[in-house]
Amino acid sequence: MIGKTRAAASAASTRMAPEGLGAPGEVALRANRVTAGYGGRAAVREISIDVRRGELLAIVGPNGAGKSTLLRLLSGALKPWSGEIELAGRPLAAYDRRALARRMATVAQENPIAFRFTVLEVALMGRAPHLGAWRFESARDLEIAREALERFDLAPLAGRAIQELSGGERKRVFLARAMAQQPEVALLDEPSAFLDMRHVAEIFGRFRELAETSQMAVVATMHDLNAAALHADRVLLMKDGAAAGYGRPEEALTAQRLSAVYDTEVYVGRNPATGALAILPIGAARRATS
Amino acid sequence: MSGGAPKPERPAGRAGESGAPAPDPDISGGANAYLTRARAIGTLAILAAALVATALAALAFGSVHLSLIAAIRDPTSPDRAILAGVRMPRVLMGAAVGAVLAVVGAALQALVRNPLAEGGILGISGGGAFGAVLAMMLFSRVGGVDAIVPAAAFGAALCSTFAVYRLAQVEGRLDPLTLLLVGVIFNAFWGAAIMLVNSVVNFYLTHSILFWLMGGFAAPTWREVAMVAALGAGGFAILLERARDLNLLSLGDEEAAQLGVEVDALRRRVFIVTSLMIGAALSVSGIITFVGLIVPHLLRSLLGADHRLLLPAALLGGAAFTVAADLIARVAIAPAELPVGAITALCGGPFFIYILRQEGRRTLGL
Repeated sequence: MIGKTRAAASAASTRMAPEGLGAPGEVALRANRVTAGYGGRAAVREISIDVRRGELLAIVGPNGAGKSTLLRLLSGALKPWSGEIELAGRPLAAYDRRALARRMATVAQENPIAFRFTVLEVALMGRAPHLGAWRFESARDLEIAREALERFDLAPLAGRAIQELSGGERKRVFLARAMAQQPEVALLDEPSAFLDMRHVAEIFGRFRELAETSQMAVVATMHDLNAAALHADRVLLMKDGAAAGYGRPEEALTAQRLSAVYDTEVYVGRNPATGALAILPIGAARRATS
Repeated sequence: MSGGAPKPERPAGRAGESGAPAPDPDISGGANAYLTRARAIGTLAILAAALVATALAALAFGSVHLSLIAAIRDPTSPDRAILAGVRMPRVLMGAAVGAVLAVVGAALQALVRNPLAEGGILGISGGGAFGAVLAMMLFSRVGGVDAIVPAAAFGAALCSTFAVYRLAQVEGRLDPLTLLLVGVIFNAFWGAAIMLVNSVVNFYLTHSILFWLMGGFAAPTWREVAMVAALGAGGFAILLERARDLNLLSLGDEEAAQLGVEVDALRRRVFIVTSLMIGAALSVSGIITFVGLIVPHLLRSLLGADHRLLLPAALLGGAAFTVAADLIARVAIAPAELPVGAITALCGGPFFIYILRQEGRRTLGL
């Protein structure tokens, strides 16, 4: 069964990947048939994507589909077993750590921090790849960090210790840190986890803005299919490490694909208010019959 | 390690709306919101003044009454002889060793992301002490002990550090609780190994090894002072150059790497440099525990977590703390002396428990 999914997936990705899909800008990040995993088990199989500057790509799929692993591959934290990843046309492995950090920012799902750094200090950490040894942050660095905090409604909390914040506030601090890094590509693992409805909408709104104004490419894993349909330019739907759909939301997130991937009946309609896809589960009946 | 489970989201994160106490008006732009060069320099100037004051007190007071003025005015006075020949090297040695211990403590805490890490607790000092004792046994009748003992202490400290670090990895991650347990076990192991060596050497050497182990700065030679000061200063500079990387390491290995830190290279650098510094310090002063725990912890809670300030502050604060502890050791039961290592351990033990209770829940998930 896995073999079948895999074949279908690579067929899907080769069919849909290369041609322009209405997104502006050049390709910032490209993965070509990457496979990788942990131990002997592949968690990502033959995935091909390209993300253009100014574009938001959502990676969706059930738990354990390989979303976070794919993000770790794209960030360079995990080396692919096979396939290539290119950032701005150069292989990822050709960048040294600092050069990579100036071009690409990553926000992990969990954001532990060991000591009582303040919110502003964490935001300023995003400036580190731009600073030489022995250097203190310049007025310009401070301005960038404060602006990033402003963007995520955190300015009043700048002097607070990060440990005093709620989970959602903490998440926003790390997103602000990634912004202060001023990257060409932002990789966000579950940026909407811990956030309430309003902040989910606001955060994706901010990243949309950033994608457009600074021509940043944003790749975000998410659980919320409706958020993906509403905010993303393109969606990669994953199951068992392979691509089960890739393209504009209405192409990738069809009722048929979603039902197969999530193993449950799914209704896909239109949200009358926004015109975006509206995705709702119908029931878990399929499991019993298949 | 993550600082506990996240609290539920407050609406908009704006104080006031949720009934949470309003933040101080200056909290957003307060001087302590981030580290500026001016704040670093100002803070270090205050700490340097405190160190100078402590050192002057330590020079002036002791088991014998001494007049600093007489010592400065008259080069032939007994005051001068005591000051230059006894107290000066002792105070300088105390300052150098204390600075080394506190800087090493701060750096190791950053490396393992654990405020309870310290050379003594992680088994580095124990390993170094075993190396030193072994060298003392093997070369007690051979010349060149000056160079061999610190070198052996360094080598053994480095081996012990790597072993503890490797054994504390659980599924590829450094587990903070396992790290402390492995360190404690290594300390016990090295303690037993030292006793073993000590039981087979001659009586004279047994006595001097025990005396050395208790820790103290009595009658160091100028060469010894110079060695600790030089290795300490060099090691400190190498660590300070990576202070910002140590800040980034607080986020986790992978996150630090994604901010441009070469994590493995940084870890090697810190392990080697701290082992060298500890080896140098303990080869002349024995095991002095908890300075590396108390001083960085107090400074971090006063000054914030930025290692660009914390490391030099620990240098000055560790020196002042240790000089003060040694002063107490000299005058408390004068004319007899207490071992300074006993004083720091007597303060440090309860302090360790206090931090464990305060921060353990958060940082270690206890």
